[in-house]
Amino acid sequence: MSSETPFGACPVPFVDTDEILLGHGSGGKLTARLIEGLILPALRNPALDALDDQAIVSLDGEGGRLAFTTDSYVVTPIFFPGGDIGELAVNGTINDLAMGGARPRFLSLAFILEEGLPLADLTRIIESVRRAALRAEVAVVTGDTKVVGRGSGDKIFINTSGIGVVPPGIELSSRRVAPGDAVLLSGTVGDHGIAIMSRREGLELDGPIESDTAPLHELVASALRAYPDIHAMRDPTRGGVAATLVEIATRRRLGIEIDETAIPVKDTVRGACEILGLDPLLVANEGKLVAFVPEQGSEPVLGALRSHPLGQGACRIGTVTARHPGFVTVRTSIGGERILDLPYGESLPRIC
Amino acid sequence: MKYVDEYRDRGVAAGLVKRIAASVTRPWVLMEVCGGQTHSIVRYGIDRMLPAGIELVHGPGCPVCVTSLETIDRAHAIAESKDVIFTSFGDMLRVPGSQHDLLTLRSRGADVRVVYAPLDAVRIAQDNPGKKVVFFGIGFETTAPANAMAVKTAKRLGVGNFSMLVSHVLVPPAMAAILEAPGNRVQGFLGPGHVCAVMGYRDYEALAERYHVPIVITGFEPVDLLDGIHLAVRQLEAGRADVENQYVRTVVRDGNQLARDLVSEVFEVVDRKWRGIGTIAQSGYRLRDEFREHDAESVFAVEAIETSESSQCISGLILRGVKKPGDCSAFGKQCTPRSPLGATMVSAEGACAAYYQYGRYLRADERPRENDVV
Repeated sequence: MSSETPFGACPVPFVDTDEILLGHGSGGKLTARLIEGLILPALRNPALDALDDQAIVSLDGEGGRLAFTTDSYVVTPIFFPGGDIGELAVNGTINDLAMGGARPRFLSLAFILEEGLPLADLTRIIESVRRAALRAEVAVVTGDTKVVGRGSGDKIFINTSGIGVVPPGIELSSRRVAPGDAVLLSGTVGDHGIAIMSRREGLELDGPIESDTAPLHELVASALRAYPDIHAMRDPTRGGVAATLVEIATRRRLGIEIDETAIPVKDTVRGACEILGLDPLLVANEGKLVAFVPEQGSEPVLGALRSHPLGQGACRIGTVTARHPGFVTVRTSIGGERILDLPYGESLPRIC
Repeated sequence: MKYVDEYRDRGVAAGLVKRIAASVTRPWVLMEVCGGQTHSIVRYGIDRMLPAGIELVHGPGCPVCVTSLETIDRAHAIAESKDVIFTSFGDMLRVPGSQHDLLTLRSRGADVRVVYAPLDAVRIAQDNPGKKVVFFGIGFETTAPANAMAVKTAKRLGVGNFSMLVSHVLVPPAMAAILEAPGNRVQGFLGPGHVCAVMGYRDYEALAERYHVPIVITGFEPVDLLDGIHLAVRQLEAGRADVENQYVRTVVRDGNQLARDLVSEVFEVVDRKWRGIGTIAQSGYRLRDEFREHDAESVFAVEAIETSESSQCISGLILRGVKKPGDCSAFGKQCTPRSPLGATMVSAEGACAAYYQYGRYLRADERPRENDVV
């Protein structure tokens, strides 16, 4: 047994994990370690190294540039307020293409189904895939279906890959983000994450919170029409706006300063975050974008975003700076300052 | 958002900072007792808005941090047992024991579930009669009534497969231990608002008188904290040592009588070991004998727990306000939330974790570079 050492003892160091934890999928530091420590070193190439939401590749001799991306969807519950896993799987991949400025064209659709999934559920999901693809004017051109035994999956997992075409003159990449860029956000944060969490945890909230899942390529296109030289765009999904900003600040050795009071958050979402002890900046979105725009393009882009139904709540939340490279700082509501950092793994609800 | 924005108002905050500055004639060291207050102070940058002479040191009021290693190891042993559903508040899942944490156990197949209320664990027990359902009952006086209610409900409904692993800790004995320890620097306290909402503040009047130390029962929003600091500084400057209630919208002198009755019906006061601090006499709760059938320590015969403690980390000194996170050579280097060396780094409300989360460990030249592992 340990000896009594009042006011001095401390536990032994806790060693790093040698197994995959749920936190490795959270979009926090564990995810970054997995990607940058294990996956990237094995597969390094120029298109992958950019670590943007999509790869931009040229086919020799064909001219033009393609955007190519893939994403897997494992959300629980599969039906949630404001959407379902099928719609999410279409919109999410479209958005990854759109953040590269691409017009989405083709999708693949692969299902991993768990034995016992009600056929009615699958029918409903396929119908919402159909509607989402129609809405976004993309064609599902190839697919795959696998079934695993009961207990080897969780109802349904979906993978979609997407191909889009990047118009000439458009060059969206986090590598172009530069000091002086305005940081714009297209609307309220946290809606999707809180919609999922409130359903999953059986939270009863004052008002309904619906997922914001939506295809953003038209919003992106209208922003680019207003000011083609936008430097970069990201959709702040897993890990929220914080993950997007911190990743760009650390990878590009830039500082970012944001104003907490400028971040739009619905009252119901704020309330749920207060109860759960979560920071809305860290909660997932599925229909929002963050844009890095040279100062002179800031107003035209804001105007274009606001005149689109999916960007009505657009606002400027901060500025990229050469000061404090590697840091995102937040001007707090009372006028103090703090550094915004990523959590290590899952954001866990606090006890009190 | 109503009832929140008012307490995060930039103009009101600036006014209070001015009033604090106008009251101060010499340096003072104040301790905020609660982890939630520490978190708020660092999150909003309150300590950096104060006049240079006012130093805030961070108290032991993070229940997750101070839960003893033996208790955590016992929880892990129970969670690994056959036919057990182990339930807990979320932030205990990442707290390292001697070998691993509950998240790791869950990834290896243990049935570990996060609940938001202890009564949910009782419901899980009713729904799973073939399983033993254990709730990890930790916390200060704040969480004691809800935990007591769960145990009482389980007994009343005859939910024999529900038990609680209790490791409750109490604030006033810890404050006394801090004031009596050699090298104490604390001259005034921001008292624990939510603990006092349950227990009232008569016990704190005895402390203030005995140790001649001002105690301001304080809330958790930035304006609450600035107001509490202002009241404490005013007392110190005037040589007073009273209990004042800043958190009047929540706290009354006698607390919540129903909750207090329930707590004393179910729990009794015992000596308790605090992680990073050691044993403090009469500083915890355990279940009374009448509720033994729901006491996880009786239900599960866990073999003698072997823990190993090192003396590298200074969390004991941090928990009683003698040192601050930046004073530790391991802080942000060997010791991070991923691999915490000690109590104050294990929960988001621990002082070291709050400093880490809001980047207080970083200098620009220490920030990871592009393509470094983040």
